[in-house]
Amino acid sequence: MIQPAATDLITVNVDGREIAVPKGTNMIEAARRLGTDIPHYCYHPKLAVVGNCRMCLVELGMAAVDPATKAPVMDPATGRPKINWRPGIACAANASAGLHVRTTSPLVKDFREGVMEFLLINHPLDCPICDQAGECKLQEQATGYGRGYSRYIEQKNVKPKRTQLGPRVTLDDERCILCSRCIRFCKDVAKDDVLGFTDRGSYSTLSCYPGRKLENNYSLNTVDICPVGALTSTDFRFKMRVWFLKQTSSIDTESSVGANTVVWSREGAVYRITPRQNDAVNDTWMADSGRLLYKAIRSAERLDAARVDGSSSALDFALAAAAGILAKGGVGVVGSGRSSVEELFLTAKLAKALKAPAWLVSRTGEGDGLLVSADRNPNVRGALVTGLISSLPSARLDELAARIDAGEIRSVVSVGEDLAAAGIGAKRLAKVSVVYLGTHSNPTSACARVVLPTLTVFEKSGTLVNQQFRIQKFARAVPGLTGAADDLLVLSRLVSAAGGPGLGADAPSLWASISQEVPALATMSYDDMPATGLLLDAAPWSQLAFAEGPSLHYQPAQAQKEAPARG
Amino acid sequence: MPAPEQYRMIFRHIDEPGYTSDLACYLRNGGYEVLRKAVQRKPEELVDEVKKSGLRGRGGAGFPCGVKWTLLDRKSGKPIYLVANADESEPGTFKDRYIVYKDPHQLLEGIMITCFANKVERTFIYIRGEFPEGARILERAIAEARAAGFVGPNILGTGYGCEIYVHRGAGAYICGEETGLIESMEGKRPYPRIKPPYFPAVLGLYQCPTIVNNVETLCHVKHIAERGGEAYSKIGTPNNTGTRIYCVSGHVRRPGCYEFEVGKITMGQLLNEVCGGPLPGRSFKAVIPGGSSAKVLRFGERFKGKRKSGATMVDYDWGVEDIPMDFDSLAMIGSMGGSGGVIVMDDSVSMVEALGNINEFYAHESCGQCTPCREGSLWMKRITSRMVHGLARAEDGALLKSVADQIAGRTICAFGEACSWPTQSFIAKFGDEFKAYAAAKAQARPDGAAELI
Repeated sequence: MIQPAATDLITVNVDGREIAVPKGTNMIEAARRLGTDIPHYCYHPKLAVVGNCRMCLVELGMAAVDPATKAPVMDPATGRPKINWRPGIACAANASAGLHVRTTSPLVKDFREGVMEFLLINHPLDCPICDQAGECKLQEQATGYGRGYSRYIEQKNVKPKRTQLGPRVTLDDERCILCSRCIRFCKDVAKDDVLGFTDRGSYSTLSCYPGRKLENNYSLNTVDICPVGALTSTDFRFKMRVWFLKQTSSIDTESSVGANTVVWSREGAVYRITPRQNDAVNDTWMADSGRLLYKAIRSAERLDAARVDGSSSALDFALAAAAGILAKGGVGVVGSGRSSVEELFLTAKLAKALKAPAWLVSRTGEGDGLLVSADRNPNVRGALVTGLISSLPSARLDELAARIDAGEIRSVVSVGEDLAAAGIGAKRLAKVSVVYLGTHSNPTSACARVVLPTLTVFEKSGTLVNQQFRIQKFARAVPGLTGAADDLLVLSRLVSAAGGPGLGADAPSLWASISQEVPALATMSYDDMPATGLLLDAAPWSQLAFAEGPSLHYQPAQAQKEAPARG
Repeated sequence: MPAPEQYRMIFRHIDEPGYTSDLACYLRNGGYEVLRKAVQRKPEELVDEVKKSGLRGRGGAGFPCGVKWTLLDRKSGKPIYLVANADESEPGTFKDRYIVYKDPHQLLEGIMITCFANKVERTFIYIRGEFPEGARILERAIAEARAAGFVGPNILGTGYGCEIYVHRGAGAYICGEETGLIESMEGKRPYPRIKPPYFPAVLGLYQCPTIVNNVETLCHVKHIAERGGEAYSKIGTPNNTGTRIYCVSGHVRRPGCYEFEVGKITMGQLLNEVCGGPLPGRSFKAVIPGGSSAKVLRFGERFKGKRKSGATMVDYDWGVEDIPMDFDSLAMIGSMGGSGGVIVMDDSVSMVEALGNINEFYAHESCGQCTPCREGSLWMKRITSRMVHGLARAEDGALLKSVADQIAGRTICAFGEACSWPTQSFIAKFGDEFKAYAAAKAQARPDGAAELI
């Protein structure tokens, strides 16, 4: 068990109810724990507190003490200690012993009505055509805390509309309520200080520094945290009303960080991907690059029919053909660091049934220190955990090449890997029979004897193990492409055909076997896995030199130090 | 009762024939002698003198200067900074500029004594962008003082060193707010900081403990060091010690800067005797006693209540003319001594138009950081502008008051009060004029009246 750090608890009183919160907790969060909503705009739990929107104004108070005796002053009307109330912003009020908060008094109601009125007087009344509708804090809180009518008869401010801040973000300055969340995000989290205000007072205008663009790989997070419709995603805007979209929890597969995501879909089509909060992995952020991955679902390159020797065929026929090839022996298995834990478990079973050696292809790039790590395979650790491999993969399949040249290996099962790109040239590929499982066509699928189309991460369910050795679930957001089959189905059929055990073809039923056979995953079950994942014991792999450098919530050196050295 | 004589302490030499801003002239008049003696004393003693003096800040809030210095976080190990606030921008206030232009070495001497007392080794003068000549004068004075060993390393052979830098603002009222000023000095937009946690005495300039004092306040420090805190506290009235420079502007015969003992002169004496009374054929209508953000007073209104006189409470019943010009009396009757800018309006003034002018200023100067002030100040300005341009409604006065009520006390800095107090007080004192304005507007404006905003 990993022990949570000890925290000092401080008792505060919110609307007459006491709650103990960790030191440093502000009153918005303390109230949230009690189910009390303190409306706010500029405050964001993962950004610096600036207190500029004033929406979270409440009444704060400490018990009055007699200056002479230091004894608490009692209120004769109630018989309780008298509280000296003063207005204050909840976001900047950190827990201190005996702090009282009042969120329902007439004065607080007046604070909120006042701030709402001020925010709305210069805000365009274009909700019907605004893309933020459905997730607009201004709309929600105007309904919840506003007066419901306007006393403003003057002209509204005119500011730039449809400014392209960068390749992916569009700005409507008239809608901006100047909360500065986007500015703080770019400065403090993305470390790309490109946004700022020009002009002053009510004419303050959000803009990019002259000659710069908001084009860092985290720019779309500003869209997520914008409480109004000022910053919108150029890709998503006007495509779909958000209330029509189904939300599915998923994982960003672009690197081993494993940022938690929500996939927004409707009628089988994905419309956008946004981050899902996981304070141990990605906070509330994700990279722009990961948000575009869904475009691969409808790519023209998608494999949409099983093929045997270049001709389309039924899946059963193709599986039989593959079994025939593999039955001849001399098989090598190339698994994938992009496969799920369940798929890797079956890949390992397949390799075992065929008595075939197994490899993985590494895929590395430069880590950005934030949420894209150097290891661009999302699940290399899943392959280690399931025992498919025991050492770190390399980018080239040199051993496989040598064994093909030696005539030892005559057929190869490739799970989504382009062997040509991994150092097996066309000449060598011509010497072997390839059974290819994958989603998109590539030179290897083009020359494979059997092609078995499978599903993208958005079309299936499973788990991935990220760089922290945290196992995390992703769920199916949209149905699989017609003509493609679930990887688990294809792999389990191949395992049976190769004389292996009959195993389940979906993640929950497979887990009965996985938890029994995989030591690191013992005692776990698919259904009970929490939404934020489970940290596995990484000790057995502590000697491996993983590619990742430090990133948000990940320190490689520390991770190795924490795990006891072996041998 | 005739008005007392001016007590020219800060202005002792200013305006004397032949008195110039250069070091030689300052030295001829006993300049830097106080510093020479001060650096021979213990710094803590000097802080105690200032505490004993009862000196209150002359920038606007009237916060006790000695207390401000005691709040400094001296245990953090971080350097302590002093910033002289010469961003004098409050409409109706023009005393700091006068000091800087006419007697810069007096300010430098005050600064150096303050620095020595608080063990400050780097100090800044933040001067308003509209005072380019003032910045040049200060630069010249600092160069002279450095050459003479009053500024820089090893001051007067004591081993104590302190550098002074002049930092010019770029023209924004909000830079006079101390945390806004600090942000501006750090090269950022002058958005005032939230307090807590960013009290300048603890987390000020570059997150180090910082004192921000007004120019006039720092000059007073020199005179406190010279006389001793005890003796200084005898000047003026209890809790309102020393002298104050009143900047009288508007409809009086002799506007200008006048220095008196705090509380020893009444508004009536100041306006009628010192400033020569109203212009011919006119009578006083209203006066703003402490810079444009102070609440307006209406001639003819009475202020009644109880006040402390020594240890006893006594009744008072004052007209505007009877109000002693000190911090406590002005606060007691619902306004403030503020920055000492006394703005006088006579019976030729339309209060709606006057408020329109003030609202224009605050709407222009609101930094835009926090919602109530950003939106409210512009809204108030738009209402008053609409009124003076012929579209006044009878209900506009009530609306103005309601908007102002939604600002004061709900903002990050005191600008919220600064921009709403004029509206609140104009409506409270001259509400009828606002109600009647829709009809009155039909009458032609007098010839030569100022252009409406």
